[in-house]
Order: sequence, then structure tokens, then C-alpha cells
Amino acid sequence: MRRIGIISLLVALAGAASAEEPALQDLHLPLLPRTAEEAARIAAVTAPATDFSALESFEELPAGAATVRASPTSDAFSDPSANLDGEGRMDFALGNGIFRKVWVSAPASTQASDGLGPLYNARACQLCHVKDARGHPAAEGEAEVALFLRLSVPDPEAAIAEIAGWIGTAPEPVYGGQLQNFALPGIPAEGRLSVSYEEILVPLAGGESATLRAPTYALADLAYGAPDPATMLSPRVAPQMIGLGLLEAIPAEDILAHADPDDADGDGISGRPSVVWSLEHDAPMLGRFGYKAGTPTIREQSARAFLGDVGLSTSLLPQPAGECTLAEALCLAAPHGVDATAPGAEDEAEALASPLAEEPAIPLGIEVSDEALELVTHYSRNLGVPARRGADDAEVLVGKEVFYAAGCPACHVPKFVTGRMEGESAQSFQLIWPYTDLLLHDMGPGLADNRPEGVATGSEWRTAPLWGIGLTELVTGQQSYLHDGRARTLLEAVLWHGGEAEAARTRVVELTPEDRAALIAFLESL
Amino acid sequence: MRLIIATSALALAATGAAAQTASDVAETYAGIAAAAYADAVEGAEGLKAAVDALVAEPSEETLAAAREAWLASRPAYMQTEVFRFGNPIVDDWEGKVNAWPLDEGLIDYVDASYFGGAENAFADLNVIASPAFTLNGEDVDAAEITPALLEETLQEAGGNEANVATGYHAVEFLLWGQDLAADTDAAGDRPYTDFVTGADCTGGNCDRRAAYLVTATDLLLSDLEWMAGQWAEGGEARGEVLADPDPAVRILTGMGSLAYGEMAGERIKLGLLLQDPEEEHDCFSDNTPASHYGDIRGIANVWYGSYTGPDGEITEGAGLQDLVTAADADLAATFTAELEAALATADDLVARAAGDSAYDMMLVKVDEDGNAVIAQLVEDLVTMAGSIERMSAALDAEGVVMEGSDALDNEAAVFE
Repeated sequence: MRRIGIISLLVALAGAASAEEPALQDLHLPLLPRTAEEAARIAAVTAPATDFSALESFEELPAGAATVRASPTSDAFSDPSANLDGEGRMDFALGNGIFRKVWVSAPASTQASDGLGPLYNARACQLCHVKDARGHPAAEGEAEVALFLRLSVPDPEAAIAEIAGWIGTAPEPVYGGQLQNFALPGIPAEGRLSVSYEEILVPLAGGESATLRAPTYALADLAYGAPDPATMLSPRVAPQMIGLGLLEAIPAEDILAHADPDDADGDGISGRPSVVWSLEHDAPMLGRFGYKAGTPTIREQSARAFLGDVGLSTSLLPQPAGECTLAEALCLAAPHGVDATAPGAEDEAEALASPLAEEPAIPLGIEVSDEALELVTHYSRNLGVPARRGADDAEVLVGKEVFYAAGCPACHVPKFVTGRMEGESAQSFQLIWPYTDLLLHDMGPGLADNRPEGVATGSEWRTAPLWGIGLTELVTGQQSYLHDGRARTLLEAVLWHGGEAEAARTRVVELTPEDRAALIAFLESL
Repeated sequence: MRLIIATSALALAATGAAAQTASDVAETYAGIAAAAYADAVEGAEGLKAAVDALVAEPSEETLAAAREAWLASRPAYMQTEVFRFGNPIVDDWEGKVNAWPLDEGLIDYVDASYFGGAENAFADLNVIASPAFTLNGEDVDAAEITPALLEETLQEAGGNEANVATGYHAVEFLLWGQDLAADTDAAGDRPYTDFVTGADCTGGNCDRRAAYLVTATDLLLSDLEWMAGQWAEGGEARGEVLADPDPAVRILTGMGSLAYGEMAGERIKLGLLLQDPEEEHDCFSDNTPASHYGDIRGIANVWYGSYTGPDGEITEGAGLQDLVTAADADLAATFTAELEAALATADDLVARAAGDSAYDMMLVKVDEDGNAVIAQLVEDLVTMAGSIERMSAALDAEGVVMEGSDALDNEAAVFE
């Protein structure tokens, strides 16, 4: 009861504030206006399913014309959007090359691929985004690679005037916004994350049960002293990469249409947009990417990952020392990989004039050229979503009905139509089936990281897309779900749902074993 | 009534003639694939004989002969790459034989300056020196180097594509070693003594290195034999092609994807962009210009409908050129000219590499003229790809860049 009260308060605050805000613009999309006729067709085609006896039209193509063949190999997440033209395919291949590129420390003979670190979590994008799929916690006794910790401390003064409900936080003063567990030779790595699990038995109707593992996270082997006592930790595992460009192409208006911050319809589910400040567009925008939807575009997400994960600067985040803080002197003094002759270097002067340049102790410059950032962005935008497998099997169709009856589609919204865009775009005007509303929901104390990010509270998370989820084991060799990979099966992932999803979770617990198996079969067919 | 019948008969006749040509083209295409994969098998047999000889009696001569055999085995295989992209059977298999690039530290010792990644736990595993190790938390017994160890345990260990344990490039690394000099005309220079057992062994674990080389070569041979079987009479890949009513789709998809994304993009332009000497397809042997040439020659083979094997044997018939000429003779002539220009540029690269330059020198601009030739090759391939797109329109080959799935409707149909 008290929990609900708190949620209502937060929701009320956000709701009150949003009335004063201008509508969120899709500053990143060259959208063409929709005609009334189109809008009517879109409304009809995205209406929830009512007949579960057969497939809906185009249901087997989750990404519309961008859908790729479901390769029976671990490469199933690595094909480009099927409707990409020749030039787009070439840029995809180049982006793939940069995505797998192992960066080296400066100075090196490979002048265009140095600049690693000095602090980093991985030397190449694909080392965490293995096979373009979601990562998983390391096996016992091995170093974590795809799982790291975000860090912050409360900072009531860090408000953004244009964004109501922004929860002020700042990077941890010594370790920064992320714990890097690797560093160049001669520089201490910041430390590592330590995780321990406690098993929890969950009884299910029909005499079945499941075992959840509840993680506890801590900082270990810290090289730069004790962190601020108010430090908040959030574990994050590398997310899967497919279909991102299509999520980016859903008109914000269509996402906001699902928001119900005051739960006006009384279904117990609110759904709040994450509003963030765009580095690229210098304006408030709808957050779409990251586990709390903290980033508005794939380009920004890529730039943040280059900086935080690999220690590489871009024109959006021009700090060649990566995540080094003023407290990490050796790190700041290390050679960097800024290359004056690199393509994109001419933009450096402009970057230096950014507000970040007011921080004199941190040198600025670009290690990843705009061309390379653009290629990685294009690659990330076009990793194809595989076609459904066995979508019309009888059990799968039963499972789909169970999915609807349990209330899952309230947040895991099955269908959207992407915006119609000017010029050639593989993302333009596709009927897609991502099974997400891209909104923030309170998921209860079991999943909470108790670390706010932007307008998202410590117990809110963005609904995860479900497309491709059934191919996880094929692609990565094991199952691992949720923001920190704690769930080892799809059922475990469902059972971790709480908060707004508590009622749906209870319905799943109370299902007959047959219906529960059908639900899982449906998820596996996605 | 009579008029309608006459029209139908005409339409039937026209369809019949077109189908005849298309099936001839499919027949030639499958025949060239069968011949080229069979030649790749022969090349691998030659490689195996030379590798066995090297291991039996390591010397400067037997090592040189094994390298020669590897180089001789490449042209036929490279000419099969045009069958990728349009044929799922080939795509699902290709990583076993030609995966690249690789973290060679997985396999054997590497130079101390080679910065094996701590996050890729296997980049400096050196399985040749490790009869037992831990992989993803499980103990692996590698006392005996077996095909299963290489293809099931080590290949893509940890899901990392750079963990390449099998195929041409693994064998290439074992024969040449790392190419540490990007600024000189020198390839990798592994001493033959790396394979000498007993007191004269260099690099340590010579018996295991020899076992690895033999096992990887055997696997390469058996993988190629499997694929040759897919294209032989009664093979599945051949059957799919011959049953395809519109083979132009897969042929153009293969030509276009190879020329554009794979070659111009990932294999060539990326190296120019990064100026990284390691971005070289055959980086240990410095054989990259020849492998580029082979890829383009493979495109020419399916275009002209003619393939000449290493022994001079010719496989020929109707080529895609015949279909395109019937639809748009000017376009066919334009593409032929573009293709010949790309072959000439690749030939220029081969000649420069045979002289006092090397592909890595061209990449890092030690050889500025060579760098310009590489850039020219990218341009030539991009130009070809433009014509390939026009050809798919001219042939009305729907879905050429869509992996050929008829299930994928156009956007208008989504809202029918």
C-alpha cells in the first residue's frame, strides 16, 4: 500500500510537470507528416490481437521488410536489415569492422585506431556485445567483461531546468560514472565488481517451482581509495543490438500515446517517458536506449559507449582521457590518441568550444573520427531482427493468448509502425513487432538498483524489447536476461517482474503448467 | 475468344524462352561452383601433402614447399566466394574455413609487443603451449589436439569471432607466423625449427604445433570436401539453385554483396580508413592482392559463364551476361568494362606486391602510389556494385538485396 502511494506521488509530480513542457520532438528523424488515411490504417494494423486461432498478417516478420532470415547459426543477430541498399550494406560492413576493431594504446603505428583508455572495460565493442547479442555475467572465477557497474552520487543541484522531474545525480568524484576494470600498462585499473548470488525458491501452481538467483553487488580491489559513502551502484550487462534503428524510428508521439503517468485507466500500470537532454540536438528529447532509456539516439549511445567502455573520445564527447577523473592523475597524464590528420579532426575546434572546454584540467580532442562514429551508428541501426520460427505452431498460438491474458502487452506493446521518412531509409514506414513501449515502469524492489538516472527512479526500468529473445541461447551459447543477466531462463526473467508488473507475474505463477509452457514457447518463437 | 487464346500462347512462348535461358545460367552457375570447390579440395590435398612432408622432415625446403602449397590452394577457393551471400548453405559454413581477422595468440606464441586483450580471455591462450586450460569456467583437456578441440571448443571461444582456430588463416599463421614489419616488403618469417622435435625445437612445444598444423589442415580439407559435395550431382546447394525459377536473384546478390560490402567495405576500405597494417586479408603471408584478385575473378566467372581451373580445365555455359544482354545490352557492356577495369586494378596490386612493395606498406602509406591503387580498387568495386543494382532492376529480379526471401513484402503490401 505504501509503495503504491510513493509511485502515485512520483507520477503526480511528473504528470504535473509535463503539462508545462513542449511536446517532445523527433529531432533525429527526417519525418514526413502522416496523412489521416495513413493514421487510420496504422491504428487498425497496430490494434491488439483479438483472434488467437491464427497468425496476424505479417506477424512472422518482426521488423517488416527489414526482417532477416533466421540463420540457424550463432550469426543470427549479425545480418544487416534485409531492405538495406548496396551503399548501406557497404557502410554496414565498414561499421562492423570498426565494431570488432581492437583498439590499442597511443602512440601506435596504427594511428587511426589508437587512443584506447587509459581506463576501459573492453578494447573492442564486440568483446561485450558478443555476436551482437546480450552479454552475460562471467562464469565463476573469470573476470567480468560484459557486465559492469554504473556509479553516481546524489546531487540535488544537478538539475536540468528544461526537464521536469530530473533527479539530480553526479558521477562518483573519484571513479566517475562507470567502474573500469582494465587500464593501460602502468595505470591501475579502478577495481572490479564483485557479485554473489542467493538462491530463492519460487513455488508455482501445478506443483512446479523455479529457482531465482538474487545478486548482491559490491566494489572490490579499488585502486583509488574508498568511494564516496553515498555512492549508488547499478550493474548493467551489454544489451542485444538488433532492431535498434527501428526503435529509434518510432515517432515519439506514438510512444507517448501509451504513457499513462496517472494510471488514468486504472489498470495498475502507468508508463512514463524518459526525457533526456540530447548532446547532439541540444534540446530535451525522448530517451529510448539504455536500461533506463537514458539516451535519445543511437549516435549518442555509441559515443557514450566509446567513451565509457573503451576510453575513446568523439566529437560528441571530446575527452581523450576517457573516464579519467581529476583524482586519477596517472590516467590523465597518459598519452592519448588524438590524431590531427584524422577525418573529422576539423570539427575538433568546434568541439573544443563546447561547454566541456571550460574544464581546463581535462584535455580535449577526438580519437574516433566523425566518419567512424557514423559507421558504427549505421551498423548499430541496421542489425537485422530475424524472422519468427514456428510462430503458427498450436502451442505458440496458445502461448500468445496467455501472453495477452496475463496482461503482458500493457508494457510489452507488440506493434508499432515506424515513421515515414524522407530519402532512402531501411527504417522508414515499417510495421514492427518489438514488444516494448519504450516507457519507464516501476518494477518493484526485487529488480530495483536504487540508483536514479535522469527522470527514472531507482526502481524504474524501460520495458525491454522481446524480439529475438528466443534466439539468445543459439547466439550466445547460454541464456541470460534482465539488466544484469541474473535470470537464467525466460521463466526466471518473468518471475523477477514486480511493481507495476506484479499482477501479471502473479497470473503467470497461477497458470497451469501447460499454459506456462505455452507462454515460454511463445517467447521462444519471438 | 480466339484472340485471348493467341495472347496466352504468346505469353507462354515468351516465358518458356526466358525460363530456358535462366535455367541454362543456373546450370552453369552450379557447374562452376562444383568445379571451383572441387579445385579448392584439390588445392587442400596438395597443402596436406606438403604439410605432412614438413612435419615429417622439417627444413627450409619443406617449409617453403608448404607455403607454396598454401598459396597455390588460395586462387580456387577465392573464386568460390562469389557463391556466398546468395546461398545460405555456403553462408552457414563459411566461417569454418575462411574466418578472418583472428587473435592469433589463441593458437600459438606471439610477439611480446602483441597486446593480447585481458578481456578476450583467449587472445593469449596459446593452446599449443597449453595442454590443459579453463574455458568459460570449464576445464578443457587439450593434451591431444583433435578436430573436435579446434572446431567445437576453440573456434569462436567465448562467442568472440576473433577466436579463429580453424581454416585457411589458422594454417597461414602456423606456416608464416606474425608479420611484424608493416614498413618493409617482408611477410611473416616463422623458422622451420618451430616444427623440429627434440633439442632443436624453437618456439617451444614443436610436437603440439605440428599436431595443430596437421589437424587444422585435415579439417580444412574435410570442410571443403563437404561443400564440394553440396555442389556435386545430387548435392543440396546444387539442387536449390537448379530448382530456383529466378536464379538471377541469388547470383546478383552474391556478386553485389561480395563486391560491395565484403570486399570494397570490410576487406579494403576499412584498412584505408584505419591505416592499420593488420587490416589485411592474408596478413601473415602478404598474399592479400592475390586474394582480392581471386574474388573479382570469381565474379567474372559467373558473369561470363566460364571458369578456368588451376589445371587449365574450363567449365563454361550460359552466363549471367547473356541474360542481362538480352534485357539491356548497353548495361551489360558497361558492366563488362567495369569488371575488366577492376580486374586490371587488382592485377596492378598483385604486380606491385610481387615487386618491392607489399599490401601492408600500401595500407600505411609507406608506398603512397600503392595506397592510391587500393583506393582505386574500392572505387572500381563500388562502380560495379552500382551496375549490379541496375541489373537487378533490368532483370526485374525482385529482392536482390533482400536475401531473396519472397516472404518479405514491400512496404505498400504491409498495409494491403
